[in-house]
Amino acid sequence: MDVIGHYNYWVSIVLMMAGFYMVIASANLVKKLVGLNVFQTAVFLLYITMSKVSVPDCAIDCGTAPIFKEGFTVYSNPLPSVLILTAIVVSVSTTAVALAIIVRIKEAYGSVEEDEMLRRDGE
Amino acid sequence: MSDLLILRIVAKLLIPYILLFGLYVQTHGDFGPGGGFQAGVIFASGFILYALVFGVANARRVVPPRLMATLIALGVLLFAGVGLAALLMGGNYLEYAVFADQPARGNHIGIWLVELGVGITVSAVMLTIFLTIAGRGR
Amino acid sequence: MDQGQGKGPRLITAVHDILLLTLLLVTTVAVVRLRNLVAVVMLLGLYSLLMAAVWLVLDAVDVAFTEAAVGAGITTFLLLAAVLLTGQEEKPPRRGPIGPLLIVAATGAVLLYATADMPPFGAPDNPIHRHVAPYYIDRSLDETGVPNMVTAVLASYRGYDTLGETTVIFTAGVAVLVLLGGRRRREDEIEEDE
Repeated sequence: MDVIGHYNYWVSIVLMMAGFYMVIASANLVKKLVGLNVFQTAVFLLYITMSKVSVPDCAIDCGTAPIFKEGFTVYSNPLPSVLILTAIVVSVSTTAVALAIIVRIKEAYGSVEEDEMLRRDGE
Repeated sequence: MSDLLILRIVAKLLIPYILLFGLYVQTHGDFGPGGGFQAGVIFASGFILYALVFGVANARRVVPPRLMATLIALGVLLFAGVGLAALLMGGNYLEYAVFADQPARGNHIGIWLVELGVGITVSAVMLTIFLTIAGRGR
Repeated sequence: MDQGQGKGPRLITAVHDILLLTLLLVTTVAVVRLRNLVAVVMLLGLYSLLMAAVWLVLDAVDVAFTEAAVGAGITTFLLLAAVLLTGQEEKPPRRGPIGPLLIVAATGAVLLYATADMPPFGAPDNPIHRHVAPYYIDRSLDETGVPNMVTAVLASYRGYDTLGETTVIFTAGVAVLVLLGGRRRREDEIEEDE
């Protein structure tokens, strides 16, 4: 099962790098914001991967979602869930503030492309 | 407003159930998956669907910006107020155990109230943000 | 929730996990390569939905629920509303992709190298499961009367944290209102510019 766990970590890092690439390679502010969102979700994936508990070679009580139920004693770790749950809602709030700023930039500069903004600043 | 009849009718049919589901997620968060954050977002998305189909101007008439601004603050105040109430009743800040004779009961009451505060703030903020950004173009 | 899994279901979980993560990678490639921002936003919604499914497989039901409602729902709405205001096409880049690719590849290689030290996936005695989690799992039902541990930890044990996060959301709402809530004063000027 080791390969599966590391596959999760690898995917999370590839996604992070995809987001990072969008942030540095794209000149469009909305695309950069999408990149930041992808990066953020990849970090969340890393946390949730670590929270999973699955006992090898067992019949029933192998680890389940952290909600109490008769007959189960092994649960996945609830703490990363709590942290990431609130982080998701905070992330949409920060995305909204960034979008508001981008809309204002569009109104002020007439563009959301980095190079055009810099050119207008130089004029 | 959208001219598409099917869209309008389906939205009218769906919105009450979306709002009801939001309330279910809010009140049932102690027992199953859910809670204030999810419920707030689902509740807001009901109104966002209304705004998408019937127009932002109509949505603003249903949920006046003043009311939204009040609700945004009310949720945080409810959360902080629960903490303060615990302080006044002899516990620590946000120590819900003092709300009832048994600590578990008090905790349950505290968690319920706090989740309600979170739900109110989240739904009001999400709706306000959407209506503000979507209303900007017109 | 996959309560009651034997060895067969465990394999199914693993297959689902790998399948969904691979779909996630494909979606991300499309998000990176596309220039039409409306398409990018729609694919980001799909990405969030796939991510929610991955989290469901990994037993984080509350998080999956939140991601499905927030990531696939609200974020998509907000980005679409903003894209309609700011323009739907991304301009082709002036510089080539070589520089950014080099930086990303170097950073990614270091991070991938670091994953070799990560603890085995799902092992019950990983360091993360030995700290406060056993306390929550053993005691939270008796102490709070709430069967959902995530809710108990969120609202009770980490109440301060959640209060802070609610305040962040409050602040974000106020910030958006301050940035965009007022009337556009320079509307005529802008239209002349365009």
